[in-house]
Amino acid sequence: MNNVNPHNKSIDELKQVAAQVRRDIVRMVHAVNSGHPGGSLGCTDYFVSLYFRVMNYKAEPFNMNGEGEDLFFLSNGHISPVWYSTLARAGFFEVSELATFRKIDSRLQGHPATEEGLPGIRIASGSLGQGLSVAVGAAQTKKLNKDENLVYVLMGDGELEEGQVWEAAMYAAHHKVDNLIATVDRNGQQIDGSTEQVMSLGDLRAKFEAFGWHVLEADGNNFETLLPALQDAKEATRKGKPVMILMDTEMGFGVDYMMGSHKWHGVAPNDEQLEKALQQLAVEQASDY
Amino acid sequence: MKEYTYTEKKDTRSGFGAGLLELGRTNPNVVALCADLTGSLKMDAFQKEFPERFYQVGIAEANMMGLAAGMTIGGKIPFTGTFANFSTGRVYDQIRQSIAYSGKNVKICASHAGLTLGEDGATHQILEDVGMMKMLPHMTVINPCDFNQTKAATIAIAEFEGPVYLRFGRPTVPNFTPADQKFEIGKAVMLNEGTDVTILATGHLVWKAIEAGHALAEKGIDAEIINIHTIKPLDNEAILNSVRKTKCVVTAEEHQLNGGLGDAVAQLLGRNLPTPLEMVGVNDSFGESGTPDQLMEKYGLNVESIVAAAERAISRK
Repeated sequence: MNNVNPHNKSIDELKQVAAQVRRDIVRMVHAVNSGHPGGSLGCTDYFVSLYFRVMNYKAEPFNMNGEGEDLFFLSNGHISPVWYSTLARAGFFEVSELATFRKIDSRLQGHPATEEGLPGIRIASGSLGQGLSVAVGAAQTKKLNKDENLVYVLMGDGELEEGQVWEAAMYAAHHKVDNLIATVDRNGQQIDGSTEQVMSLGDLRAKFEAFGWHVLEADGNNFETLLPALQDAKEATRKGKPVMILMDTEMGFGVDYMMGSHKWHGVAPNDEQLEKALQQLAVEQASDY
Repeated sequence: MKEYTYTEKKDTRSGFGAGLLELGRTNPNVVALCADLTGSLKMDAFQKEFPERFYQVGIAEANMMGLAAGMTIGGKIPFTGTFANFSTGRVYDQIRQSIAYSGKNVKICASHAGLTLGEDGATHQILEDVGMMKMLPHMTVINPCDFNQTKAATIAIAEFEGPVYLRFGRPTVPNFTPADQKFEIGKAVMLNEGTDVTILATGHLVWKAIEAGHALAEKGIDAEIINIHTIKPLDNEAILNSVRKTKCVVTAEEHQLNGGLGDAVAQLLGRNLPTPLEMVGVNDSFGESGTPDQLMEKYGLNVESIVAAAERAISRK
């Protein structure tokens, strides 16, 4: 019944997958001149780590109920390009389907959805602040079902401005939901500027610890340190507390002109910018869709 | 006019509590969540007997809706419980995205709906909940009329796959439907066959419609009375068949005229069978403090209003 990671790649291989996923991201948003490349590029190494090394799951056939496998929920649904590319590359659906992103009659909606039946997606997201609640609920069902697998959820840092996140944080600690690993993508950027300018988040470690969570910090753009951090997070589960990884990433990571600026949150590159990005995202054997 | 009798008045919320307890005993996948209103929702019996399947959420309804959506992943059937106001308006976006759009098998169970919540006043008396819920694709909307029917509806929705909004209330009302009557989602219940006017009532207005039927009979008017316990999907066939015969309609509900049962019936008739229609409900205003009976009188959700509406409808044929 219990699954393993179907890829289990080495760090060198993960780097190649990540470069390919980043190529997919910039090509997907360029093709429709819309979508969110910045956060997608920043979180690529996290997604690739989960799906190609850390999480235990079965891609095919996709099982909505996810019994016997780890579950992943994306709360900040606007970074759908990185999730779609990772899911396709991990075997949930054909890579060629990435070409339908944001187009009419596609299963790859602008924000993730279950309505069209895209394998790998278990809940719609996009309206922010809801994913942590969903993940906590799924984790509690795993406990009721005596399913030993874990539940992962990713949120944006700007998303922490939504009050529901803190409702869920309080609940998860109170109910000792310790089969859950939440991650905050701490890139410090949101649409109107830096998080410090728009709504300062303060000391997130102290805040989550005060809410009763076990808190870890990680560099989200470095496999050499991210993988051990994810392992530490796994080892911190089942000890009575929900686990939080505060993951520092750089928005736009891998494409120099996008890096570190909120301006590439929801803007697609033009033809010239795409070429420049692809030059920077070289892989040994590119397999662009 | 057919006679209906009852031995006692009971609250519909207790019908929910009884149904939930029975589900706990018969369906191991049923779980319950409550936002600090366990006693008010009559969920305490379930909580006591099945503590491992009961989740106290605290005063955090948005989180409760997300939790419930997540709990369905793995096969659980979550029943959420809080007041109707906090079950809908407060959490509309959570229901829309995480439950309805995501097609999750969550049962949103809402007590203290409408004016009959009483003295707490308009902040808590939601009269827009049916409208909000029936606008959502995939959502089923049910508003049963008494204890027995609420209990039966609670049990029935667990067997149904998909999101459901189940609306009930606080006051005691005549418990007249048969305890063994099977609840069929989307199937209207004929209460009295008649030829002069069709009265379509839902929730607490069903008993008042029966009383109105007697008052109309004394005036020589033969009313057909139908209990529309499911507002979405509406039993189009039952309504159209009745209206073809009577040629005029009255709707009655404890809800805003905008967005409620009357609105749904108007849409059905306008598209299929244009017919004189009169609507009994709250006309674009908030409620206020008072006893349930005082409020139902003041806002015209009573027998006299239904009788007057029936006479108006007949005069427009």
